Amino acid sequence: MWNRFDKRDNIRRYGTALVGLAILIVSWRVMNVNYEYLLTAHYEIYDLLYRMVPPDLGYVNEIASPLIETIHMSIMGTALSIIVSVPIAYLAANNVSPHWTLVYFGKFIISVTRSISAIIWALIFVVMFGPGALAGIFALAVRSIGFIGKLLSEAIEEIDPIPVEAVTATGGNKIDVFVYGIVPQIKPAFIGMSTYRWDINIRQATVLGLVGAGGIGLVLDSAITRLYWPGVTTILLSILLIVIFSEGISAYLRKKIGGV
Amino acid sequence: MSTKESHTWNRPSVFQSRVRKWAVYSGIVLFVLWSVWELRVPIDRLIVGFGAGADMVSSMFPPDFGPTARGRIWTGMIDTIAMSIVATIAGVILSAPVAFMAAKNYAPRPVYYIGMGIIVFSRTFHPLILAIVFVKAVGVGPLAGVITLAVVTIGFFAKLLSEEIEDMDRLQYDAIRATGANPFQSLAYGIIPQIKPRFIGLSVYRWDINFRASTIIGIVGGGGIGSTLMSSFQRFQLDFSLAILITILICVMIGEVMSLKVREKYQ
Repeated sequence: MWNRFDKRDNIRRYGTALVGLAILIVSWRVMNVNYEYLLTAHYEIYDLLYRMVPPDLGYVNEIASPLIETIHMSIMGTALSIIVSVPIAYLAANNVSPHWTLVYFGKFIISVTRSISAIIWALIFVVMFGPGALAGIFALAVRSIGFIGKLLSEAIEEIDPIPVEAVTATGGNKIDVFVYGIVPQIKPAFIGMSTYRWDINIRQATVLGLVGAGGIGLVLDSAITRLYWPGVTTILLSILLIVIFSEGISAYLRKKIGGV
Repeated sequence: MSTKESHTWNRPSVFQSRVRKWAVYSGIVLFVLWSVWELRVPIDRLIVGFGAGADMVSSMFPPDFGPTARGRIWTGMIDTIAMSIVATIAGVILSAPVAFMAAKNYAPRPVYYIGMGIIVFSRTFHPLILAIVFVKAVGVGPLAGVITLAVVTIGFFAKLLSEEIEDMDRLQYDAIRATGANPFQSLAYGIIPQIKPRFIGLSVYRWDINFRASTIIGIVGGGGIGSTLMSSFQRFQLDFSLAILITILICVMIGEVMSLKVREKYQ
């Protein structure tokens, strides 16, 4: 009879499954779940739905301006991060970087900014600038440096060296090489990743207010603290709207340009 | 009279005409300027902020890795790691059927729309917003975080897996069917072997993302290191905050390297 796996395969397969199961069980035990909460969960969910529906549509007037502020934060954060990440990506790209130590410097900045969430950056910037949109802009910008910097430096590393040589051969200096040899090759990817990051940043900007960094999150936080659930529904719906809207724009642009 | 044609070379452009190109560029610039104007950040606030930043940095150093701090970081991190593991496994199990529902070539039309609906819903909201709702439903603690991350995982995992199913080689599936296999057997032998490497790669990748996300879910009460970090900021124990941040940074980087290695092996 034909079998897909021989004996050794089977030992390995069941061994892996057992180890996986053991990790799962240990993890579950570590979390110390309070099962009493689970017993009341269905009641709580019912209660939540009961309070949240119908949404308070009159609340729209109050949330309009924080919603616009959220969009502004996302634009400013993205714009700022683009300005900073272009030179960092240039330094971090193996093939064009002026010096190898700068490659490590660039890659270090990229990993550090990338590994910490925007909301944690927001905690830090709220301490610096106080609550408000400014802290949010900086949080988005710093987190985005890692994202755009990483993708952009990878795009630069993958360029075709021949146009660069051609521009050098005509007597072009470093700036000419950058403008005519490198930029045209990475432009589609660059526009694609910037729009994509802006799209992500809108989503992030909606929650930064939870730690005081401005935008719709501030209103959401206060509505939850006041247990004003019909207002929470309105806020969530408005977030849904702008997220779908920005995702539409970003998807359209990326499709058109054919970048990332 | 002879007409001289100009032969200046212009760089090719994605926009069909120069007018359009400058219209788009100036549109973007105007949009950014509008943002700058609306937010109107006063310069002195920036200067004060950077001064406060210097104070903050000086009160952060040296990071507090004392015995009490180490104990709290350890408990928080273990919780965070456990949450990310449970959430990834639960999320992956939940997304497998959703992925088949959302695969155009496999699911009937109405089922496809339901599958896509689930995916869109779970992708739209930031994990923190979902976490707020689940904290209300099941109380403060890691369980709320796990449910949140599992739900967010569905949107990501089912979407990418359904794309993989759509790209599969139909012939293998038909061959198994032709031998008289029932739908379950053809699934097990015709489709699953084709998507398995991607499945493993995606699971590990998602674990990596969930781990990052689980470091922040505690900010709204979803358990893990996030709540420790949040309270350290609120009490201005900034040296302890820095210790937590360093730990998160190192763990996230280790997680990223691990996930990269596994994905290289399987894909």
